[in-house]
Amino acid sequence: MRAQFVLSEIGVGLRRNLTMTFAVIVSVALSLALFGGALLMREQVSTMKDYWYDKVNVSIFLCNKADAATAAKCAKGAVTGQQKEQIEADLRKMDIVESVQHESADQAFKHYKEQYGDTAIASVVTPDQMQESFRVKLKDPEKYKVVATAFAGRDGVESVQDQRNILQNLFDLMNGMNIAALGVMGLMLIIALMLIVNTVRVSAFSRRRETGIMRLVGASSFYIQMPFIMEAAFAGLLGGGVACVLLLVGRYFLIDHGIALAEKMQLVNFIGWDAVLAKLPLVIAIGLLMPAVAAFVALRKYLKV
Amino acid sequence: MIRFDNVSKSYPKQSRPALRDVSLEIEKGEFVFLVGSSGSGKSTFLRLLLREERASQGQVHVLGKDLARLSNWKVPQMRRQLGTVFQDFRLLPNKTVAENVAFAQEVIGKPRGEIRKAVPQVLDLVGLGGKEDRMPGELSGGEQQRVAIARAFVNRPMLLIADEPTGNLDPQTSVGIMKLLDRINRTGTTVVMATHDQNIVDQMRKRVIELEKGRLVRDQARGVYGYQH
Repeated sequence: MRAQFVLSEIGVGLRRNLTMTFAVIVSVALSLALFGGALLMREQVSTMKDYWYDKVNVSIFLCNKADAATAAKCAKGAVTGQQKEQIEADLRKMDIVESVQHESADQAFKHYKEQYGDTAIASVVTPDQMQESFRVKLKDPEKYKVVATAFAGRDGVESVQDQRNILQNLFDLMNGMNIAALGVMGLMLIIALMLIVNTVRVSAFSRRRETGIMRLVGASSFYIQMPFIMEAAFAGLLGGGVACVLLLVGRYFLIDHGIALAEKMQLVNFIGWDAVLAKLPLVIAIGLLMPAVAAFVALRKYLKV
Repeated sequence: MIRFDNVSKSYPKQSRPALRDVSLEIEKGEFVFLVGSSGSGKSTFLRLLLREERASQGQVHVLGKDLARLSNWKVPQMRRQLGTVFQDFRLLPNKTVAENVAFAQEVIGKPRGEIRKAVPQVLDLVGLGGKEDRMPGELSGGEQQRVAIARAFVNRPMLLIADEPTGNLDPQTSVGIMKLLDRINRTGTTVVMATHDQNIVDQMRKRVIELEKGRLVRDQARGVYGYQH
């Protein structure tokens, strides 16, 4: 095949169809950017899960003197030394428990101070208001229920809390956003495909003279279809390129600068540039292949032998 | 070269078949006129030769190949051995004369050196030497048809199919085109030409095949356009 001939045909086709080509590029770019964004979001959620689930515990809060008066579960008074020993011993007997750590009221007070510092509420809190607790680390964080049923309601236990619940809301939100992004992506993808099919059809129609002659002199269907497929692939490639730029710019403004989440949420370890870069080849490849396949399918209908 | 064995062709949505039980044979190097009124099946006959349509019944052999058994992807190879000329020339208006002719070679992947040699040669043959760089719009109808013939012949086909090539031309220009087709025929290329032009058929005295309502009604060596009584 003569490359120069094919290239010039592609150039002519793209210029003739400039507005349609532009529409294809934009829709491919948006759908692929959403696709890449959704992939990155999923990765972000999973790194955060790995990081935080490793740190979070099941906390068994014990009754203190103040609770004995206010909370119904502590009606039998503050926890006794014997009860504490019993709880700790039972915890250590459980297979699913990896480690148990006792946090005294004083330690809890210290942590609280560290976390909330000089805020107004921190200044009125006193050590005896803090609860003693066992921080239980599970081999499998999903097995929280077992611990909860075993200890909730026991004498001296105020409550059993799974700290994952706090994170779960955040993860649910991120997953929800992810699904929404995928949904919009699906819509954009359909629009992109329809635009490609239409562009190819218009392109094939405007060149029916050429393709008619090509058929008559015995050009192979591959040769006849190639310029159209390459045209679509080229537009898709540009769209994929734009999508890559959008992803890079998106990470830059969302995490490093502009909105700068990295500064505002220092406890979260955000995905790095390497994660973004790793997605780009996939985005480019889909940008190249999807329109080419769509064009091929469209041509089977409009350019018969 | 060409053999029709009991060929019928009907199109969907049309009650009357376009061709009915046509059998004939055309030898290599023949010059054949295909005559008949509009709707007699001439175009269908040519479309079957080009394998733009397949016969509904019977067998069509072109260049020794049974076209019914020829798979789609082999059709282009078969068409490279055919040349086609139409009443409306079908030139590309935005390409020069030379580019139009070269197009037929470019799209089947001929090397550039070969194209550069073949195009001036064939343009000389059709009498357009020196007009390589003109645009089709600047040429007369007769000259445009010569470009189309050059394009059809540049790949040296075994068979040249012409569908009313003089239909848009005045009688004098038509004579020139016929002389050209005759010259091409003398190089050994088989020519099948559908026409309404009585004068031409009567003058040339070649084989005449007449179709009427899809049936073969006359096949006459050295024939004339109408019936001889």
